[in-house]
Amino acid sequence: MSGFLRLLLNRLGISLIVLVGVSMLIFAIARIIPGDPARIALGPNANAEQIAKLRAEMHLDASLPVQYGHFVVDVLRGDLGTSLYTNRPVTQDIAQFLPATLELVFLAGFIMVAVGLPLGILAAHYRGRWQDHLVRVIALLTVSAPAFVWAVILMLLFAFYLPLFPIAGRISDIYDIERTTGFLTIDTLLAGNWTAFGSAVHHLILPAIALSLSGIGQAARLTRANMVETYDKPYIEMAQAYGFFPSRIARSYAFKPSLIPSLTIIGLDFAAMLGNAFLVEAVFAWPGLSRYGVAVILRKDLNAIMGTVLIIAITFLIVNIIVDLMIAFLNPRIRYSTRGTS
Amino acid sequence: MIRTLRILAANPLSLLGLTLVILITLAAIFAPWIAPFPTHNGAVVDFLNNNRPPSSHNWMGTDLVGRDIFSRILFAYQISLTLGVVVLAIAVPIGTMIGLLAGYIGGWLEMVLMRIVDVFLSIPPLVLAIAMMGVLEPTLTNAMLAVTAMWWPWYARLVYSIARGEREEGYVLAAEVIGAGAGHIAFREILPNCLPAIITKMTLDMGFVIIIASSLSFLGLGVQPPTADLGSMVAEGARYLPDSWWLTVFPGLAILVAVFGFNLLGDGLRDVLGVDE
Repeated sequence: MSGFLRLLLNRLGISLIVLVGVSMLIFAIARIIPGDPARIALGPNANAEQIAKLRAEMHLDASLPVQYGHFVVDVLRGDLGTSLYTNRPVTQDIAQFLPATLELVFLAGFIMVAVGLPLGILAAHYRGRWQDHLVRVIALLTVSAPAFVWAVILMLLFAFYLPLFPIAGRISDIYDIERTTGFLTIDTLLAGNWTAFGSAVHHLILPAIALSLSGIGQAARLTRANMVETYDKPYIEMAQAYGFFPSRIARSYAFKPSLIPSLTIIGLDFAAMLGNAFLVEAVFAWPGLSRYGVAVILRKDLNAIMGTVLIIAITFLIVNIIVDLMIAFLNPRIRYSTRGTS
Repeated sequence: MIRTLRILAANPLSLLGLTLVILITLAAIFAPWIAPFPTHNGAVVDFLNNNRPPSSHNWMGTDLVGRDIFSRILFAYQISLTLGVVVLAIAVPIGTMIGLLAGYIGGWLEMVLMRIVDVFLSIPPLVLAIAMMGVLEPTLTNAMLAVTAMWWPWYARLVYSIARGEREEGYVLAAEVIGAGAGHIAFREILPNCLPAIITKMTLDMGFVIIIASSLSFLGLGVQPPTADLGSMVAEGARYLPDSWWLTVFPGLAILVAVFGFNLLGDGLRDVLGVDE
């Protein structure tokens, strides 16, 4: 069996164990709620009969392990229960709101890599010079404010004072696009409507930048640290002694090994972005998972809260498996290994 | 200690960080005495002076019910710093203990503990805190609880990775040979080698705890009005952009300045104490 396939199976196995743990954690959080979940869900005007009916539906009279069992069986059947807030299946709600959030997070992740890595390489190249110090200060500044502060500042500067970008929403109201995938950038293309596509991208840019800023700082710092470490390795000195051009050394020998640890952090930053999307979406009135999440939390809508957290955790695990496979692909020791180690 | 401080102060950026941290801590402690309007921390209403832009009377303007924003920021720093200190005071010892146990003792204990840590780390920190606050009542104590619950795994993983590396080192083997107990080796031999990394991370984390706590209250899930909190001040003001910009910009900058201070200081400490990123 190739190292690659073995790694994939290994990662899937570990993710599965973690996922079981996550489901237990989510279940535990949902059960620390003070008071009767059924009574809270139905509000103060419910009568005893209604409460008893809902308690039976939610299996609340069974023991905790049995309740957890019901929860797992339901989740495996793709049933996350009914939202008490929208009166629809939670899966249907999430399917409606998740694409908007993912669209935002993917673009922010792309910006993070496209800006953060070059900044880090630049700083490592000019180690100890003013360029290095400048990148250090920029990186520290970007990680020093929560995403909602950057969102407010960017909105004030580039939507109000300099009206370059729209203030809120995902697309201009004038376009009526059929929601096939829920990703507006894809749906507008499917519809062949280029101006609508432009409008969707235009609305995405400012929230995505606000979301990506702290990730840019982290990616830049880490790439710099790894590049500097690689530059101290003997084989780089060897290449220098052979008189290779600095650009060739940077490209062929220093960059690729440095990229590997950076990718791991990018996976973690992606997780942070799924959380921070809540903050950015609130500022830009972005109709994503955040609006739904905050609404269901204020209503103490347990099914919806558990479902939302579970979906976010699964998204995060999938991204991390992809990141691990990318690392394996970049690292010849794993790619060519027949024994398959991590 | 003195030597560390002296090397730290030689770097202008670290010195700036140290100065910011000291200033903000003093401002928070002495807020009731320095604040121009000490009563404006609570439910005070002064509709004659509401929603005023910055002036010599109110340096950062007044909010929608006429409270002085500068005074409220000083009191909000009290909440942010208290929360940071309490969260770290609980999360760091718990995480360190678990990391030491898993890293030094190993075996099935390592397996179980580190898988539990993995579980916590596989939910985005803010989402976990939001979910906990979703089922708890939004109070300062619960916010501390939620942030602590998501914070200890990071220390467990940090200490674990160091302890696992030290397990095979000569000095640990030597201690084992002369018959030192597991507790002695874990706490007296290995723990001191984890301290530089722990101290650096704690300094940086003061900033991150402030960010997470203000994020919770920004979403309405943290400290409740009328108590002044930086996150909820930004949230209240955001509805009145761009006209009443001072409602959001000053509390937002207050977060940025405080966290920037802790980050500069932590970054400097990392270099001085020789901790890897």
